[in-house]
Amino acid sequence: MSESQPLSASTTPSLLDRLAAIVGEDNCLSRPEELYTYGCDGLTLGSHAPSAVVLPADRDQVVAVVAACRKFERSFVPRGAGTGLSGGAVPMDGAVVIGLSRMVKIVEIDAENRIAVVQPGVVNAHLSEAIAHMGLFYAPDPSSQQACTIGGNVAENSGGPHTLKYGTTTNHVLSVEMVLPDASVVRLGSAAGFAPGYDLVGAVVGSEGTLGIVTEVTVRLVEIPEAVETMLAIFDDVSDACRLVGGIIRSGMVPAALEVVDRRTIRAVEASVYAAGLPTDAGAVLIIELDGAACEMQGLTDRIRELAAREGVRELRVARDAEERALFWRARKGAFGAMGRLAPDLYVHDAVVPRASLPEVLEEICAIGDRYHLTLSNVFHAGDGNLHPNISFDRRNSEELARVVAAGREMLELCVRVGGVLTGEHGVGMEKRDYMGLLFTPEDLEAMRKLRDAFNPDGICNPGKVIPMTRACTEANPRARGYDEVPL
Amino acid sequence: MAETTAPLQLDPAILEGTLDCVHCGLCLSACPTYRITGRENSSPRGRIYLLRGAAAGEIEFGSLVADELSLCLGCRACETQCPAGVEYGALLEEGRAAAARSGLRKGWGPRLEGYVLRHLLVYPRRLHASFSLLRFLQKLRLDRLGALLLPFLKRGQSLLPPVPAASARQRLPALTPAEGERRGRVALLEGCVMAELFGEINRATVRVLAQNGYDVVVPQEQGCCGALHAHSGDMDSARKLADRNIAAFSADEYGPLDAVVSNSAGCGAALREVDRWLPGRGDLLSSQARDVCEWLDEVGLRPPRGKLPGRVCYDDPCHLVHAQGVRAAPRRLLNAIEDLELVPHADAESCCGAAGTYSLLNPAMAAEVLRPKLDALEAVAPDWIVTGNPGCLLQLRSGARERGLAAQVVHPVELLDRAYRG
Repeated sequence: MSESQPLSASTTPSLLDRLAAIVGEDNCLSRPEELYTYGCDGLTLGSHAPSAVVLPADRDQVVAVVAACRKFERSFVPRGAGTGLSGGAVPMDGAVVIGLSRMVKIVEIDAENRIAVVQPGVVNAHLSEAIAHMGLFYAPDPSSQQACTIGGNVAENSGGPHTLKYGTTTNHVLSVEMVLPDASVVRLGSAAGFAPGYDLVGAVVGSEGTLGIVTEVTVRLVEIPEAVETMLAIFDDVSDACRLVGGIIRSGMVPAALEVVDRRTIRAVEASVYAAGLPTDAGAVLIIELDGAACEMQGLTDRIRELAAREGVRELRVARDAEERALFWRARKGAFGAMGRLAPDLYVHDAVVPRASLPEVLEEICAIGDRYHLTLSNVFHAGDGNLHPNISFDRRNSEELARVVAAGREMLELCVRVGGVLTGEHGVGMEKRDYMGLLFTPEDLEAMRKLRDAFNPDGICNPGKVIPMTRACTEANPRARGYDEVPL
Repeated sequence: MAETTAPLQLDPAILEGTLDCVHCGLCLSACPTYRITGRENSSPRGRIYLLRGAAAGEIEFGSLVADELSLCLGCRACETQCPAGVEYGALLEEGRAAAARSGLRKGWGPRLEGYVLRHLLVYPRRLHASFSLLRFLQKLRLDRLGALLLPFLKRGQSLLPPVPAASARQRLPALTPAEGERRGRVALLEGCVMAELFGEINRATVRVLAQNGYDVVVPQEQGCCGALHAHSGDMDSARKLADRNIAAFSADEYGPLDAVVSNSAGCGAALREVDRWLPGRGDLLSSQARDVCEWLDEVGLRPPRGKLPGRVCYDDPCHLVHAQGVRAAPRRLLNAIEDLELVPHADAESCCGAAGTYSLLNPAMAAEVLRPKLDALEAVAPDWIVTGNPGCLLQLRSGARERGLAAQVVHPVELLDRAYRG
């Protein structure tokens, strides 16, 4: 549990009373058992219980909650569905969790202008389901899309398999309404897609809940392509799959998705409810999805066949229909959770490397895993060079945990060394905060801090995330440094 | 702060099962109670985490954890979303059993439930007599008076249909021979509530199975399947009942059985879990258990000759789709009926709120859960709403009546039976 004391009747009775008065007793949680679940999100490396959880029903309640927290000098952190993988929604320093799971209204769908206005708690997949009959969809599709929220996606600038062609969340958010840490409400950007002045929406998307709390999002909708072709290129060796990725990109094609799934992942998924008939004896499967005009599909598929043959593909399987395609994607997206079959806990890494170095980096990453005697599996957005080495472990074994953290650090250092970055889509959160120095100079970090301070000057909103503490601060309070110092 | 109590004692195998959960959260949006409350503690991931924390002694195993376990519908929609394959249903039963042992199931509801489950449901004759008494009260309209005087009876009164006459609640014949070319022999689980309230559906089931070439045997020693006991955490009673049925269905006076068929999703799911309740001894019964729709689909339905013009919505019982993985079979059977148009409605796979005794014990939440389903059905306006579980039939009938929907709520075999008869 957290080192900070939960709010109790004896410490701050009036803040709890005030919060309960704003959102109602049922939506204000304060008993230790109730807070326990909110101590972590999809990252289970460490748990920090909040001092209270409030579930506001609308923007005005968010404003009132923020004002109350400010008055009582209590920090707060926004939370969607808690599926994030870098601890972005984990309350540090006994913050109050502001859960947006009750703000689930799709406010407006404007098919004519291809935009939708949603509350932050709307589940990503629900939006696409609601507009499918209009021939539209919402493009960013993180693997957790059946549960994760649009608000959470905005915070993390979430990607997904189709990022390769369609871009990440930031390419699809036109405007946000946001409660700033001083409890004022601002609207940034415009539904028209062009906003004069500084690109503040761009600053907010991916800010990991450190600039304020988004209470409404206007997103761009995309037309469902006329034709989609999904193929599985089955390889004996994962390096060959990576080389095909390079070949496809070099050829000038822009597939909708290029995803590599390695053998261990295939086996875990095939043992689960998401089984899709992937060959469990393969070294890797590359999922290739093409979309666009029906007339161009045949030509593109032929070229893929040719390139795949050149890399020694064992078999190229084409999805027969939409149903089989959905099955392939369910398998890909269920992969993370399926790792629960390998060990009690899972640490999903997230780093980006230049595509050309994928085969070598992957080999080196596996070598690191072996050196630390860890169970490693790889399933990743190969087209973007976005790696997700998954380390399975048991957090009850502290010695193993130490190896997990050490191996993770080596992997990140490797990725940065070859010209990559620390995260592709999961964010920095508390997980990678102290690695930011691997990539950025103190001056770079200072520039980021200044941006944060413009929105969140006293750091009351989602403290302890993204930007490392200053050296002095770290020395004074080593526990605040984050997970590599705190017992996980 | 939390008073220090002994950590929750969980069956080690089940505790190990909770560790498969890597906290990915894919189950959240599938959970009806999370969708309504927005509280993560009311989600599958939250409940698993609560049990894990209580077992590790990190949080108190007290009223809060017990209440969240009670609030769960047990629909198991999370299981068909869980990539790690966490056996949530088993974990829930274990958690509820622990709550019962610790005296955390308080109030008149659970107490009355416990009484009915332990003293009426397990004895077919007492159960029959109780329904006769209910029928008598209904005839005198005393049930309405009771509901007026005692508000907690209101939900039960509105759910309960008129109890059929005793003649319609008789046991099924021990053997009904196959019609046409004989394809084999199956046994039928009569069920306790099915037999008393839905005898007509049981008889239709026998006719449809016979029509499809099966001798239908109804072992007379059989009884309640124990599903409701297990769901409420009374595993001892569940095991005793399972034991009785294992004996009843393995008696070889009829010769070998091809399947043990059930027409109640909840009972069928329980039969399939007997091997977990009684490892070894229960294996055969579990392996033979089939839902009636699944069985007819598996062996190949003899196409009915009659036509049934109209539109039908098929609503998946949770314990068929999520607990037994039967999704396509009932739809294929309905599609085999000429002139019957199967129309989709939103959220067919989500819970209706019946959930065994849940709608009686948590009427407010049950109504919240049902509401979006009624909205979806109202939008489609079918002639029939079809579902294969007694609790769902009662819940949807009462909901459809209150909402003023014109649709009749029936069991799939009733439509098949009508189509065979002409």
